[in-house]
Amino acid sequence: MDQGSVMEAPVQAEPGAGVYNEKLGMWVFLASEVMFFTSLIGSYIILRFAHPEMWKGPGEVLNVALTAGNTFLLICSSVTMVKAFAAVQDGDQAGLRKWLIATTLIGATFVGVQIFEYMKLVEHGFVPSEGLYGSTFYTMTGFHGFHVTIGVICLIFVTMKAFQGKYTATDHRGVEVVGLYWHFVDLVWIILFTIVYLI
Amino acid sequence: MATTATTLDGIGAHPHVDAHHDSFVRRYIFSTDHKIIGIQFLLMSLFFLMIGGILAMFIRWQVGFPGKPIPGGGVLPETMAPGGIVLPEFYNSIVTMHGTFMVFFAIMPLLVGVFGNYLIPVKIGAPDMAFPRINMASFWMAVPAGFIMLAGFFVEGGHAAAGWTSYAPLSANPELTGVSTGQVLWSVSLIILGLSSILGSFNYITTIVNMRAPGMNWFRLPLSIWSLFITAILVLLAMPVLSGAIIMLLFDQTIGTHFFRPDTGGQPLLWQHLFWFFGHPEVYILILPGMGMASDIIANGARKPIFGYTSMVIAIMGIGFLGWGVWGHHMFMSGMNPTLGTGFMISTMLIAVPSAIKVFNWMGTIWRGNIQFHVPMLHSMAFVSMFVIGGLSGLFMASTPVDIFIHDTYFIVAHLHYVLFGGSLFAIFGAITYWYPKMFGRLMNPFWGKVHFILTMITFNLVFFPMHSLGSQGHMRRIYDPTQYEFLRDLQWVNEMISMAAFVLFASQFIFAANFILSWTKGERAGPNPWNDNGLEWSLPSPPPHGNFAVTPTVYRGPYEYSSPLVTEDFLPQDLKLEGNRESAAHAAGH
Repeated sequence: MDQGSVMEAPVQAEPGAGVYNEKLGMWVFLASEVMFFTSLIGSYIILRFAHPEMWKGPGEVLNVALTAGNTFLLICSSVTMVKAFAAVQDGDQAGLRKWLIATTLIGATFVGVQIFEYMKLVEHGFVPSEGLYGSTFYTMTGFHGFHVTIGVICLIFVTMKAFQGKYTATDHRGVEVVGLYWHFVDLVWIILFTIVYLI
Repeated sequence: MATTATTLDGIGAHPHVDAHHDSFVRRYIFSTDHKIIGIQFLLMSLFFLMIGGILAMFIRWQVGFPGKPIPGGGVLPETMAPGGIVLPEFYNSIVTMHGTFMVFFAIMPLLVGVFGNYLIPVKIGAPDMAFPRINMASFWMAVPAGFIMLAGFFVEGGHAAAGWTSYAPLSANPELTGVSTGQVLWSVSLIILGLSSILGSFNYITTIVNMRAPGMNWFRLPLSIWSLFITAILVLLAMPVLSGAIIMLLFDQTIGTHFFRPDTGGQPLLWQHLFWFFGHPEVYILILPGMGMASDIIANGARKPIFGYTSMVIAIMGIGFLGWGVWGHHMFMSGMNPTLGTGFMISTMLIAVPSAIKVFNWMGTIWRGNIQFHVPMLHSMAFVSMFVIGGLSGLFMASTPVDIFIHDTYFIVAHLHYVLFGGSLFAIFGAITYWYPKMFGRLMNPFWGKVHFILTMITFNLVFFPMHSLGSQGHMRRIYDPTQYEFLRDLQWVNEMISMAAFVLFASQFIFAANFILSWTKGERAGPNPWNDNGLEWSLPSPPPHGNFAVTPTVYRGPYEYSSPLVTEDFLPQDLKLEGNRESAAHAAGH
C-alpha cells in the first residue's frame, strides 16, 4: 500500500465515478445544496402565488441597478475562477495566485455590497418582518450571502495554499473543488436575482 | 502491518496518520478513525435512546394512571410535575421530545451514524472514509445538537410542545403554546443535526462509489451497504429540505417573519408539505439500514445465500425512489384535494410491492436453511415479523377513507412503533449484538441476550398491539387524560395493562445495557470471525487496527456464499481465492 505521497491513488479500488474523492464529494454535496435552495425558492413561489399583492413591483423597494452591478461582479468572479484553474493546469503559479486573489476580492466585494444594500433597506424600513416580501427576500438572499461568505473563506484558504506552492499542474484538487462550489453559488445567484429582483 | 491510513479531506491532502503516535485525545475523542467514530455514535445514541425511553415511561404513567403522582416524581420541579403529577403543558413537551429524541437522536444515528460509519469501510475493503476529518466533524456536531435539545427542558417556558412534527402555527407563534426558548432550541438543534447528517451522508456516498476494493463490484456489495448507500442518498436530499423549513420556522419564531403565520399571508400547510417532504424519506432512512443489516444476519443465520439478491437491491432502490412521492399521505386530514389524495394513496400502496418482495425474499432465505438461532438472528427474525405487522397496518392508513377515521389516533401510534421499534430497533439490537465482537473484540453474553430478546419481544407486543384496537375505537393520539371522555373510560383497563407492560419493557432494556457494558471487559473473547460470516470485515482482527486492511483485499464473490459446495466449511469468505475444486476455506485462509 502506498505509504507516502497522496499524489498517486491512495488505495487500489474498483473503478468508481472516475473522478477523485474530493471532486465527487463536492458534486454530491452540491446536490444537497440544490435541495436546500429548492426548499427556500419553492416556498417563495408558493407563498407569492397565493398572495401576489404582497409583493411590490421590480425597483419599487429594491435597488435593481445596484444589485445588477453586483450580479455582474459575481459573474466576473466565476470568470476569474476559471482563469485561476486554467493557470494552475498550465503550471502558471503566478497566474494562479493573481486570479485567486482577484476571485477572492470580487467575492468579498459582493458580500460587502450586499451588506450595504441591507443597511440601506433597513434604513428605509424594509426589514425581515415586513410582510412576506421582507421574509422571503432576506431569507433567500441572506442564505445566499452566507454561502458566498463561506466561499470567500475557502478561497482565502486556497489562496494561502497557492502562495505556499501547494498546487501543481498535476495536482490542484483544492482549486478545482473550490471552483465547483463557487460556480454553484454564482448560478444560484443568477436564479435568485431573476426571481427576487426582476419579476 | 500497515498502520497507516491515507486521509484526504475536502480541500487538499494531508499526510497519513500513524495511530500509534497519536495522543489519547486524537485516538479516542477527536478521532478520524471511522471505527472509533462509529463507536462514539453508538454510545451517544444509546444515551439518547435511554432519554427517549424515560420520556416514554412518563407518557405511559400519565395515560395509564392519569392524575396519580409518579412514584419518585416528587423530584421534578413545580413547573413540570407539582407533587409528581405531570402537568398538561409538560405532558405536551414529553410527547414532543420523546418523538424528537427517538427519531433524530436515537434511531437515526444508531442506524446511519453507527453502522454507516463502522460498516462501510470495513465491508467494502477501504482503509477509512473518503473524508475522515469531515466524518469527525459530523460526530462533533451531533453531540452539541443533542445537548442543545436536552437544554430545552431547563429553560423558562418549558421545552418545545408542538409535537415532533412541530406543526405551524403552533410551533411558530410562542403565544399559542407559551413556549418560546424551548421551541427555538428545538429548531437550532435540528439545524445543526441536519448539517451533521449531510456531512455524514456525502462522505458515505463518496466512499461507497470510489473506494471499493478490487473485485467489489456493485453486485457483490453486501445488502447492508446497499441499503446504507440508498439511505445516504435519502439523507443527502431530504435533510436540507428540513433545514430550509426549520430555518424559516426559526425566523418566524425569532425575527418576526411570516412564512407560516396565516394571519399575515403565511401558510401553515406549507410547513406540513415541507416537513413531510423530508419526513417521508426520513421514514425510509429509519428502516432501510435495518432491512440491509437484517438481510446480512438472516443469510448468516440461515446458512444460505440470500434469496433473490438482485431483487433485494432493486427493492431497496424502489423504496428509496417511491419514498419521494408519498408524503401527502400524512396530510389527508389537512384539507387536501381528494384527487390529489387518491394519487398519494396509490403511490403509497405501491411501496407495499418492494416491501413485500423483501419480506418474501427473507422468508425464501430462511426456507430449508440450517437455521442458527443466535441472538442477532432472533432479533432479525423479530424484525421481519414485526415489520410485516407494521407494514400491513400502514396499508390501512394509506387508504384515504380508512385514514379519515383513524387519523391521529392510537392506531397511528401502534403502526409507527411497529415499524420503528418492532422494525428498526429490533434490527439495531440484532446488529449491535452481531458486530459487537468486531467493535470490542468480545462477544455479548448469549444467555442474557436471549433473555433480553424474549422479554422485549413479549412486552413489546403487549404494549403496542392493543393500541390498534384503542385507536380504532377513537382513542386520540397525544391525549393527556383519556378518562375525560366517557367512551374511553371503559377502555382504561387496556391503558393500564399497556403501561404495566411498558414498564417491564423499559426494565428489560437494562439487561441489554448491562450485557453491553459488562461484555466490554468480561465477555468471551471473539476470534476474527465468531459468526462464520463471509464479509470482508471478518477477515480482520477484532477489533480491526487503524487503517483496517494490512493489504487491500481482493474480492472474488458476493457476500452470501453460505453452504457452498466448493468448500467443506459452510461459509466462503468474499476475499478467499479458490485454487482447486474442493478446498477447505479455513485451510486456504491459513487459520
